[in-house]
Amino acid sequence: MSKGRFGIHGGQYIPETLMHAVGELEEAYLKYRDDPDFQRELTDLYNNYAGRPSMLYYAEHMTRDLGGARIYLKREDLNHTGAHKINNVLGQMLLAKYMGKTRVIAETGAGQHGVATATVAAMMGMECEIYMGREDCERQSLNVYRMRLLGAKVHPVDTGTKTLKDAVSETFKEWTRRIDDTHYVLGSVMGPYPFPEMVRDFQAVISREIKAQVLECEGKLPDAVLACVGGGSNAIGAFYHFIGDPSVRLIGCEAAGRGIHTADTAATIATGRLGIFHGMKSYFCQDEFGQIAPVYSISAGLDYPGIGPEHANLYDTGRAEYVPVTDEEAVQAFEYLSRTEGIIPAIESAHAVAHAMTLAPAMRPDQVMVINISGRGDKDVAQIARYRGESLYE
Amino acid sequence: MSNIAKAFDHGKALIPFITCGDPSLEQTAEYVRAAVESGADLVELGIPFSDPTAEGAVIMEADARALAAGTTTEKVFDLVRDLRRDIDIPMVFMTYANVLFSYGSEDFIRTSRDIGIDGFIIPDIPFEEKAEFDGFCKAYDRDLISMIAPTSEDRISMIAREASGFLYCVSSLGVTGTRGAITTDVGAMVRTAKKAQDIPCAVGFGISGPDQAAAMAAVSDGAIVGSAIMKIIAQQKPDTAGEVYRFVKELKDAVRSVQ
Repeated sequence: MSKGRFGIHGGQYIPETLMHAVGELEEAYLKYRDDPDFQRELTDLYNNYAGRPSMLYYAEHMTRDLGGARIYLKREDLNHTGAHKINNVLGQMLLAKYMGKTRVIAETGAGQHGVATATVAAMMGMECEIYMGREDCERQSLNVYRMRLLGAKVHPVDTGTKTLKDAVSETFKEWTRRIDDTHYVLGSVMGPYPFPEMVRDFQAVISREIKAQVLECEGKLPDAVLACVGGGSNAIGAFYHFIGDPSVRLIGCEAAGRGIHTADTAATIATGRLGIFHGMKSYFCQDEFGQIAPVYSISAGLDYPGIGPEHANLYDTGRAEYVPVTDEEAVQAFEYLSRTEGIIPAIESAHAVAHAMTLAPAMRPDQVMVINISGRGDKDVAQIARYRGESLYE
Repeated sequence: MSNIAKAFDHGKALIPFITCGDPSLEQTAEYVRAAVESGADLVELGIPFSDPTAEGAVIMEADARALAAGTTTEKVFDLVRDLRRDIDIPMVFMTYANVLFSYGSEDFIRTSRDIGIDGFIIPDIPFEEKAEFDGFCKAYDRDLISMIAPTSEDRISMIAREASGFLYCVSSLGVTGTRGAITTDVGAMVRTAKKAQDIPCAVGFGISGPDQAAAMAAVSDGAIVGSAIMKIIAQQKPDTAGEVYRFVKELKDAVRSVQ
């Protein structure tokens, strides 16, 4: 088996042209991962630029209303740029700087990863180009403008389904064209080794904080941790430090779109099968001949036909559970959290909130649940209004 | 060992690439026969993939058209069965890892042997991942074609040493597609590779016409031309098969003129 395996998943299924670049990245990552100076500088950026540690908020009203487990919200939405994405971007871009790279490229779905990359590029003085599916540019036009405001160049992607998977493909292609001065800031725990492992390490700060915060509030570990899963970076970040604690249920909430029995879904674990794509072996939504499926979700950030290889393995081993959540359930949760706690979650994160609304009442009042609110929902307000039949445009 | 070595028995080789099923499998059969009649030494048959991450716009669009027209792996196998009734030069499949893997890698490779396919070019299977597929290739006497790129540097020897069939030399950075100029020192790449193993080396990516084909053949054992042919097919002029015949013949004549 080659490098970067999680059980049978992972690996490095990429063109030869990129092997040198990922080799160089691996070398730098292994060198700086345990380097105290690098870690000190990263922690300083986390705390003084991104605003970490993020709060763990006890959702008292939601807890009372649902009448079951005590619910805590991990507020990744309060990070600078409004999502967990900045944790990974700061780590990778600091690494890129140490490697002497002067230019970064990235894909983006909802635009949150693109905004985070453009933000840090502005702060670090690096050139930045973002690839975003044409359809997502239209769904998230404010984020497109935001990236341009931050000095990044945004390339709308017109190939394939014009969404996240095509943006990833085009960014990989751009990387093969220009490698010397360029780092690809991949936004999730996917792609070829070392990305899944490296991105997970940069996101693991989420579960490190959750663990300490829950222990402090409750004097024990949580009983369940919930997070939404597209590629799976916020989920792996929220799960990682609990993987060795079998009493903690880890639940990933996938985007079922219009339902897992329709073609309009992006629920990879529920509907996909083993395959090789975007540099990794994992589960993918695909047809009988291995053609990647044109997936769908209301959430641009979860609208991806695969899942990170570490999640695929957590599923295989039974350590984590994955449940599908439909557009309608997510929208209801989006509205519910807004009204109940005064917190507008990203439509991505609302998928985890939706499952929590089903699960919490089935749990005991002495049990503790943590929902990772991976991002804030300001970007989604106009789209949800349209979903509800109001003709609101940005 | 497959028959691939035969492609390099008569001097410099010309290797055309054609996407199967664009615009239809019947037309693909005509184009392949035209290319073979005009002197192709080996044919690369592309099995279309939904997300061909090593391809530029021309082949990507060809793949999209082929899939929209209903092309499947099974139908491509049928096309090859038909072609093998009268074509005896080596033929290889060019596709992506998931197409093999999804079919079942061993079944795919065994079926390919049964219908007369000699080898496989899979751009998303680098040296580090080849064991998973190469075992089946060896078991069924097929060649998994290895690739080297301008960024391979100290990887060239390692890759070339274990290469079989021929070594695919990627001429430049980026994806497939015609280019105005190829600036990589391809000759140096080929020399490094040949020190590791005396294996035929063919150059592909970015070859737009006869002059570049001749230049690349001059520093290697052959030229691979894909996007420039698929551009002609995309235009669908009245006599596309004739256009393919004439273009491949020009390429072949250019390559043949090189010693």
